[in-house]
Amino acid sequence: MPLLFPLLVSAALFGIGLYGVLARRNAVLALIGVELMLNAVNLQLVAYDAWLGETKHTGQVLTLYVIALAAAEIGLGLAIVLALFRARGTVDVDDVEKVP
Amino acid sequence: MIDDALFVLFGLIAIVSGVLAVASRHLVHAALWLVVTLGAVAGAFLLLGAELLAWVQVLVYVGAVVVLIVFALMLTRRPTGETSAEVTANQRPAAVIAVVASLGLAAAFVFAFAGERIDIQRPGTAENIGAAIFTHWVLAFEVLSVVLLVALIAAIVISRGTEPDRGAGGSR
Repeated sequence: MPLLFPLLVSAALFGIGLYGVLARRNAVLALIGVELMLNAVNLQLVAYDAWLGETKHTGQVLTLYVIALAAAEIGLGLAIVLALFRARGTVDVDDVEKVP
Repeated sequence: MIDDALFVLFGLIAIVSGVLAVASRHLVHAALWLVVTLGAVAGAFLLLGAELLAWVQVLVYVGAVVVLIVFALMLTRRPTGETSAEVTANQRPAAVIAVVASLGLAAAFVFAFAGERIDIQRPGTAENIGAAIFTHWVLAFEVLSVVLLVALIAAIVISRGTEPDRGAGGSR
């Protein structure tokens, strides 16, 4: 298949995730945007790996590591969001602009 | 040929459900559209020859990450209705930035890679990926395990809170 197919899907997913991070008011939904951006990057890494016919599978191994890091990131991010909710009673990013 | 058609199908599903995941007004619907997006990306991995990654994607993202997100949505729900799915005041600049970033990236890819074709010679089976990890990339693997341990401890410390009465034997 043309290399452009995965790359264009990845560009679209990255833009969608960027919009989610910037526009969402709920902190948990902003994290969904981060996940979409990470998936866009993963798709690119896999596409380049398949295109180059890597003998060491650099792209796919790196994608595996990115997935593990994303799992760590989402766990830590949601722990922070829950701590924020306990401290402020809200997860609205507009309401927590000023940290005392 | 059938690969191309399937990939276009998975790509369109991923893009449409991704838009719904960031635009849906209902909190839980957004998380469920994320499941569809991640599943479609897993299908795309499969078509690109990354078999192991497709299953890891299903296990880790669709299985664990989405469950975590749904739990967080349930735990942080406001008592007064579903108002927190709204967008912030900077929705329009955000949309402009996102579209510009997408089009810029797409233009760069078309400029750089037009006409290149993917010919899958070495599929990423569990055997191939395992051999690559444990022969060439083993240091990064070990570093990653330490990172995961640090993230685990940090998540526990953050979510335990700082109240003194919860210090010893606290359940959170």
